Amino acid sequence: MAALKDIKRKITAVQKTRQITRAMNMVAASKFKAAQTRMENFRPYAAKFMEVLVGLAPRLDAETHPLLAVREPQRIRVICMTSDRGLCGGFNTNLIKATERFMAEKLREGREVSLIPIGRKGRDYFRKKATLIDGRADVLSRFDMTLAADIAGDVIPPFVEAAYDELYILYNEFVNVAVHRPTVVRLFPLLSPGNGDAGGADRLRDIIYEPSAEALLEKLLPLYVHVLIYRALVETSAGENGARMAAMDNATRNCEEMIQSLTLKYNKVRQSAITAELMDIVGGTEALAKG
Amino acid sequence: MAGELTLEIVTPERVTYRGTVDEVTIPGTEGEFGVLRGHAPLLASVDCGELSFLRDHTKTRFAVHSGYAEVSASRVTILVESAERADEIDRERATRAKQRAEEKLAKLRKEDSEFERAHLALIRALTRLNVSTKG
Repeated sequence: MAALKDIKRKITAVQKTRQITRAMNMVAASKFKAAQTRMENFRPYAAKFMEVLVGLAPRLDAETHPLLAVREPQRIRVICMTSDRGLCGGFNTNLIKATERFMAEKLREGREVSLIPIGRKGRDYFRKKATLIDGRADVLSRFDMTLAADIAGDVIPPFVEAAYDELYILYNEFVNVAVHRPTVVRLFPLLSPGNGDAGGADRLRDIIYEPSAEALLEKLLPLYVHVLIYRALVETSAGENGARMAAMDNATRNCEEMIQSLTLKYNKVRQSAITAELMDIVGGTEALAKG
Repeated sequence: MAGELTLEIVTPERVTYRGTVDEVTIPGTEGEFGVLRGHAPLLASVDCGELSFLRDHTKTRFAVHSGYAEVSASRVTILVESAERADEIDRERATRAKQRAEEKLAKLRKEDSEFERAHLALIRALTRLNVSTKG
């Protein structure tokens, strides 16, 4: 019976697929855990950093600092931060769509838009569709603050030299394992980080600054850019692995359903084969008895 | 006068150190400075260099770079992009980073935008090696 063999083969194939998706789910789960820990570890740093920055912000002279310079936004750059690997549901697709919408909107306004892709998926997708500037791929599996500093090192000098006027970063904000929200953050011109938080300013008033508060601020602003980029990196890495975990969990479940229905079919076909054979035998013996 | 200070070294990766110490030496942008209990409130920029503290007459060293130090009478918070204890430094990695940076610098001219970056990378690698040698 050929059909029986075919079904058996199919069941074995689906079982193998399930084995793979299950393994991927477990790998993603452990990576997700690491990424989550990393996100949590980053929080005290970010909080402390913001505290001081907000305290210093009132002394900021928006007119003079090159990273705060507001120009007519003619040339715009967009960082699109996707993952390096696929098989993570709609994680990259959603972000890429959001990026396209955002870029289309800016193009309609008559701006010149170029893209800096971070992560292989985004780079591969946009390779032929947009003007790309030095992006980075295959970086997310292992990264630290150095990566954020490197990316910042790519984007800060051209902005200061007025080679472009605005920089946005698009990434998936991590809400929970199942939910990631494509988010747009304007990097340049930097938003003045403190808005009327008088408490912070007050606390830092009687402090000795070394060097001067202004010089200190000058140094902290680029570091603030690192913080923003690093946050996007950490959230992307947590989101990617969370999304993959969920996608692989789904896939495993689908495999199980399929195995179940295939097994049912297999048993039915087998049963009917046995019945047919029995009928044959019964028919045969009856014919013999009569003869 | 002996008095204890609470020292906290925070990096994006983790809180590298949190505990009480007797004295801290910080590599400020304007030069190295020491902090004892009762120091006037200070906010200082921190450069690439060696940070160390004394506790029970033993010295512990860290290689740090880029950030700031917030000092109050009984508390020092160091916020830097990286901080590694001398015995945790990966010498091989630092040596490789040093070679890479040197090769880059050899090719670049002072005017190139990459120059500054490679230069900083070299300084970071040298600091790591230096701190780890002293143990």
